[in-house]
Amino acid sequence: MSWAAPDDIFFSTSLAAYLDKKILVLLRDGRKLMGLLRSFDQFGTFVLCFFLCCLLKFPEEVFCFCEANAVLEEAYERVIVGELYCDIPLGLYIIRGENVVLIGELDVEKEELPAQMVQVSEAEIKKAQKAEKEEMLLKGLMRKRMEFLDLD
Amino acid sequence: MVLRGFRRFRLFFSYFKDLVGQEVTVELKNDLAITGTLHSVDQYLNIKLENTRVVDQDKYPHMLSVRNCFIRGSVVRYVQLPPDGVDVDLLHDAARREARGG
Repeated sequence: MSWAAPDDIFFSTSLAAYLDKKILVLLRDGRKLMGLLRSFDQFGTFVLCFFLCCLLKFPEEVFCFCEANAVLEEAYERVIVGELYCDIPLGLYIIRGENVVLIGELDVEKEELPAQMVQVSEAEIKKAQKAEKEEMLLKGLMRKRMEFLDLD
Repeated sequence: MVLRGFRRFRLFFSYFKDLVGQEVTVELKNDLAITGTLHSVDQYLNIKLENTRVVDQDKYPHMLSVRNCFIRGSVVRYVQLPPDGVDVDLLHDAARREARGG
């Protein structure tokens, strides 16, 4: 199978334009993965589905779930807590399309993060993450207790 | 029939195809809102944007250097369109035709 040309209108949302480039993948659980896009099978299921639809006499109703599974090389997770961040190396990742929210191509000439962000170690970011989680929990708890006041 | 149910996408697919090249704001289900030029759309309503900028940049520092992006159709909440990009009458007619099943 050859990659669809980017100007082909039917296949134009193809990820082929991002191949071998550094990309950011936002996942449904809020995690941010970065790495080089090495492969994807966005329309891999398409051919099969087309065949199926023709078989069922719905040639005009070609439909299949778009998966947009992706393979990331040199992947790392970027954890951001406030103004701290940390890149945790992950190696080679195959991401199942249903978990993907957004795939962004990074502009290599632009700063990836605002200048005031500080890189910290994995241990430190884990600690910050935990502190943030506890703070959120406490906030939720306080709000619950104050609910009878009918604020905002 | 499951396959028939997805017919409803077709109207919006062709509708969005006409909007290619215009500036739109896509709001996702995780509250992230992205403005950019609509590059392309497919039958799952996946969207590709160019020259993107995030509406609330301070809240999403990791999006700073993203210029082009692919958004999975299933996570889109709203697409804000340019006011002159909508032919309301045409959309009305098409939607009614679709609803009648013809």
